[in-house]
Amino acid sequence: MAITKVLGMETEYGIVIRGGAESNPVAASSALINAYVSERSRRVGWDFEDETPGRDARGFGREASMPPEVETHLVNTVLTNGARYYVDHAHPEYSTPECANVYDVVLYDRAGEMILADSVRFATALLGPGQSVVVLKNNSDGKGNSYGNHENYLLDRSVPFSRVITGVIPHFVTRQIFTGSGKVGCEVPPPDGRHVDFQLTQRADFFEEVVGLETTLKRPIINTRDEPHSDSHKYRRLHVIVGDANMSEVASFLKVGSTAVILSMVEDDWFTRAGKDFSLRSPVAALREVSYDLSLTAPLELQDGRTMTALEMQWEHLALAKKYSESCGLDSVGGETVGRDILNRWEDVLSALEADPMSLSGQLDWVAKLRLFEGYRDRHGLSWSDHRLRAMDLQYHDVAPGRSLFARLGMETLFSPEEVRRAVDEPPETTRAYFRGKCLQRWAPAIAAANWDSIVFDLGREPLCRVPMLEPLRGTRAHVEGLLARVTSPAELIEALSS
Amino acid sequence: MAEREQIKRSTTSRSDDAAVEEVPSTKTKKGDELKAELDDLLDEIDEVLEENAEEFVRSYVQKGGQ
Repeated sequence: MAITKVLGMETEYGIVIRGGAESNPVAASSALINAYVSERSRRVGWDFEDETPGRDARGFGREASMPPEVETHLVNTVLTNGARYYVDHAHPEYSTPECANVYDVVLYDRAGEMILADSVRFATALLGPGQSVVVLKNNSDGKGNSYGNHENYLLDRSVPFSRVITGVIPHFVTRQIFTGSGKVGCEVPPPDGRHVDFQLTQRADFFEEVVGLETTLKRPIINTRDEPHSDSHKYRRLHVIVGDANMSEVASFLKVGSTAVILSMVEDDWFTRAGKDFSLRSPVAALREVSYDLSLTAPLELQDGRTMTALEMQWEHLALAKKYSESCGLDSVGGETVGRDILNRWEDVLSALEADPMSLSGQLDWVAKLRLFEGYRDRHGLSWSDHRLRAMDLQYHDVAPGRSLFARLGMETLFSPEEVRRAVDEPPETTRAYFRGKCLQRWAPAIAAANWDSIVFDLGREPLCRVPMLEPLRGTRAHVEGLLARVTSPAELIEALSS
Repeated sequence: MAEREQIKRSTTSRSDDAAVEEVPSTKTKKGDELKAELDDLLDEIDEVLEENAEEFVRSYVQKGGQ
């Protein structure tokens, strides 16, 4: 049976300081996160700035399983909701805590936007007059530079990786019809020389390989980074780099939800059992073809000689998913209710895409943008190359509520602002993130470092105490709430855990 | 079917034309209401759009992403 899809999302945000000298993105990212941390630390009694980076350099925060490119001398913090907030390369990056439910991961990604918006406010207050920090949740600067929104799915290690590759690539290529965040123009000339005014996705331009380890150049549709941040004998973490950052909660829910379902089907070998193989002849070319095709009618060539549009292939995937859910259930994506919501939403969106894509302007980012931009073009008689359209394309993704064009569109939401605000501070309850978040809330001064799979306590004596958390589904509220209520100090906690 | 669609592919090089045609169908469905709502939105957006849009677009450069 498919295992619970423990989920996470990492978002690299675009950043620029307006109104001053030339903006240095690394300095701006550090200033942004430091402003947030110092503002919030007064409330939670946590001095990240003096404590964490130094401790990280000694190695406690950097286990062997951490990504090799983590630059521990840069700002790198763990928040009370269990998330990680740090400077990665030249971007502020927020990684959600681990979630065991598709709704949760969308909620915690939204909480990240609120954290970035708070950071913008705090950091702008520290800047000189006339200056402000602008942070965008998108994936491209419009000049050929991209940055990622990565999805993470925990998989059963025993499933052959070749089966994962075969099973999920057709979905990655064709799900773009609802996951795309839309983009004005094209940043890599199409091979056939066509002119692209607007495309479905931010990211499709930047993919050159089918499978590979890279994330910053020659990006592959399937990224093979193999760091489960958990028991590597039991688990694999599929690190998905091919998607867009969504502003729309509905698009985000459907992006992760449909993919979690497909991956559960792969684990149960459902494609083979159903005799279905949707392998594409040229996945990389198809990825871009789908992104360019606003009419959703471009046929894609399959390896077996058939052709199918992205929409047709999505209908095929949905039909298979329904049969799978009837046979195996969908507990793996957060329970039957969540599973049913995913399938229903998936069907509604495909039906609407088939009947009239523009009817989804309240649900899908690319449709909302296209409708807005077409309206603006009509009104002012603008060509697609007008800089105002490009500015709108960026400003749609601004995390500051007063500037965000997305926020003004009043699109359908899944969560209230109060629920998002709560997720800024409180961890999800059904993964180890609960234990991490609660420990940080109560005992931050005694925590030398925290990581996905461990917390290191400094009890004021040698050696430091490392609490391993290799099992993502242990340390939940159900597991540790009683324990945390009984103990009154970190020392008591360690003692209780050791006995 | 496969052959028919392969032929169609070569004729869809300007795929955005088709999407532009989708807009009127929505307008006819929901009529003036949708148009008015979009107009209000466009009024508002003019007020919040980055003052120096051209400079903003030009200066927005993001290297070193994954």
